[in-house]
Amino acid sequence: MAIRKRELTFWEKLYLPQIFSGLKLTMKHFFVNLFIHMAHRLGLMKNSSAAVTIQYPEERRWLAPRLRTRHRLMLREEGTPRCVGCMMCETICPAKCITIVAGEHPDPNVEKYPTRFDIDLGKCVYCGYCVEACPEDAIRMDTQILDIAAYSRDAMKLDMHELLNPTLRKPLKECELKFPHKCAIHDGKITGSWDAVYGKGPKKSNQFESETPSH
Amino acid sequence: MPKITIDGKTIEVAAGTTVIQAAEQVGVFIPRYCYHPGLSVAGNCRICLVDVEKAPKLQIACNTPVAEGMVVNTTSKKVTDGQQSVLEFLLANHPLDCPVCDQSGECDLQNFYMQYGRYDPRFEEQKNKKPKAVPIGPTVMLDAERCVLCSRCVRFTDEITKTGEFGIFNRGEKAEIGLYPGKTLDNDYSGNVVDICPVGALTDRDFRFKARVWYLSTAPSVCNGCSQGCNIDVHYVLDRPHLADGARVMRLKPRYNADVNQWWICDEGRYGFKSADQDRIEKISLKGAVAAWDIALTQIATAVTKLKAANQLSAMAVIPSAQLTIEDLYAVKKLTDQLPGVVCTAQVPPLPGKSDDLLMKADKNPNSAGVALLELDKTPASSIIEAAVSGQIKILWVIGQDLVKLFGEEKVKQLAQKVELFIYQGPNTNKTSSYAHVVLPASHYLEKDGTFINVQNRVQRIGKILPALGDSKADWQIVAALAAKLGLTAGWKSLPELFVAAAAEVKPLNGLTYEKIGQQGFTV
Ligand code: SF4
Ligand code: SF4
Ligand code: SF4
Ligand code: SF4
Repeated sequence: MAIRKRELTFWEKLYLPQIFSGLKLTMKHFFVNLFIHMAHRLGLMKNSSAAVTIQYPEERRWLAPRLRTRHRLMLREEGTPRCVGCMMCETICPAKCITIVAGEHPDPNVEKYPTRFDIDLGKCVYCGYCVEACPEDAIRMDTQILDIAAYSRDAMKLDMHELLNPTLRKPLKECELKFPHKCAIHDGKITGSWDAVYGKGPKKSNQFESETPSH
Repeated sequence: MPKITIDGKTIEVAAGTTVIQAAEQVGVFIPRYCYHPGLSVAGNCRICLVDVEKAPKLQIACNTPVAEGMVVNTTSKKVTDGQQSVLEFLLANHPLDCPVCDQSGECDLQNFYMQYGRYDPRFEEQKNKKPKAVPIGPTVMLDAERCVLCSRCVRFTDEITKTGEFGIFNRGEKAEIGLYPGKTLDNDYSGNVVDICPVGALTDRDFRFKARVWYLSTAPSVCNGCSQGCNIDVHYVLDRPHLADGARVMRLKPRYNADVNQWWICDEGRYGFKSADQDRIEKISLKGAVAAWDIALTQIATAVTKLKAANQLSAMAVIPSAQLTIEDLYAVKKLTDQLPGVVCTAQVPPLPGKSDDLLMKADKNPNSAGVALLELDKTPASSIIEAAVSGQIKILWVIGQDLVKLFGEEKVKQLAQKVELFIYQGPNTNKTSSYAHVVLPASHYLEKDGTFINVQNRVQRIGKILPALGDSKADWQIVAALAAKLGLTAGWKSLPELFVAAAAEVKPLNGLTYEKIGQQGFTV
């Protein structure tokens, strides 16, 4: 793209008049704000607002609850994901940044759940379609977390650990998920066990024992 | 022959035709669950209602034979109301777990609801509970809640496989699909019930949760599982490598061919696609080290030229396989014809294989008829093996044959020591490839175009579906590259030209082209 620079006029080239017009604007804001802040102290002019400085990151601005922020996956009571691995969000995602691999849930009324669930925030466009598409209300964008920057592209990818627990961020030290899933901490191998969630014992009275992996 | 008018279109059909078949002939689609052209008529799902003039009430199209002068309407208010009511009835107790249902996306309940339903549901009561996610056999998963009791599966196991596993038990709203006590669904054609089940009641355990059906691309091909050559559609995914551990082929489905397999395929064929992604040879191996095509072929060509110079070409043998296409076999034959003395034979002892009257053939090679037609079955390969073990063979080139399976490991071990250059060319690793001195990666049959000739002498085209994996090349390309290295002329540059050359030379194939074969094959 060609950028054309505008020639400065003679008045602008004189330099000092520009400095003073800038200073004038600054002073105007300073005195208007000073005046309104003082009036607020006296209980006046409640309808006019004055500029304030927020000490980020110690202090944070108020965010609208419907603002789309970092994703999270919802949990069932027993600590397994509410997501049923239907891949609706993966299908609708315009940025193609969701990666899901589904597995067999021991409860036939749930049937399916994700053993892997990644969202690449480096690609996500924050459209919120994934939230709209989800039939289970399993994915939300209401964490109000905006600081998602990272030092590498890989670290921009959230895996299931970080999605189920929004306080986490890579590098992760240990895996706290109790159900079988592909675990980034363990080299992408399946870890966790349904026993840790539901305890041992017969789950199904099938004439055929299901051949799904139980670890 | 009675004349019948359907939605204003008049057609003359054979006596005994039903209204649904006549409608199909004039291009009017009538929805159906229980009706299947390959099974007897049950007439129990009631979705195919049509308005027949002068009949007091709606008739089911699947079981109403045409009569002279019949006037049928498939779109009147009476018909659409009837279809809506049937759908509402079928969906009253339906769990609607489409998000976790593998049928979702190819489900006739979903499709017909969008096309003929769209009513406001009135059913507010508790839905019936029935068994869910029950593996009823090695290949099929049953969800009784999703069943619409169309009885297609029952009729399939009664009429086609005659194994009779399925039954509908109890009555009324408690009616439930299931297996007879003590039975498991383990016949050789069990996967077909998944295809014919119009809903997600019967789903494929192998395909289960691997992918959503709308991720799949599909392309027509021919099964390479046996000499029947059943027509198939290959469902594959190339853009989502996270699914199914990076596998490209997700499942195979039968493709209708009235003369070969009708609507069915056997389970052996249905689950035979794993070889496209597993245990593949991707790199050229030269005495254990990875090499480039040029180096490997030059080395082979040098060895052959040396034999030729010493007038010892009879110490070279080629054993191609009936797994190869006509084009591959013809290319090999042409090459060996130009090297007088070289023995080329695909005649190997048959391995035991399952067979029946329906589709499965004992001969598990898709192109045995092609081998016979090219006269590559004259010398028994066992004589070559004996000669090799006794040290009379210097170059042995095996294409797609597992010698260990055919002749035993001991023999192959011995001949690998005696033969100077033992070349194995094929798509997958096996015991034989582990003994070979040079291993050449050949494309899987789904990665190359070509033709097979089945047991009925029907020439069928397979079609290239997947990109070649790693360094692999189609067998005919490898042969052509070697011929070029040897300074021999091929006379064809592309596959269609190669086929035309083969068709010109082999009598029964005279004048055949890929266009003539088409998607349904051509009997010679
Ligand atoms: S917000 Fe949009 S782009 Fe981001 S993951 Fe969801 S669907 Fe994809
Ligand atoms: S749409 Fe919801 S339930 Fe479906 S895979 Fe995405 S998060 Fe899971
Ligand atoms: S059978 Fe069809 S309608 Fe029923 S849950 Fe499966 S996809 Fe949905
Ligand atoms: S299981 Fe499927 S094919 Fe069998 S009766 Fe039920 S809906 Fe029909």
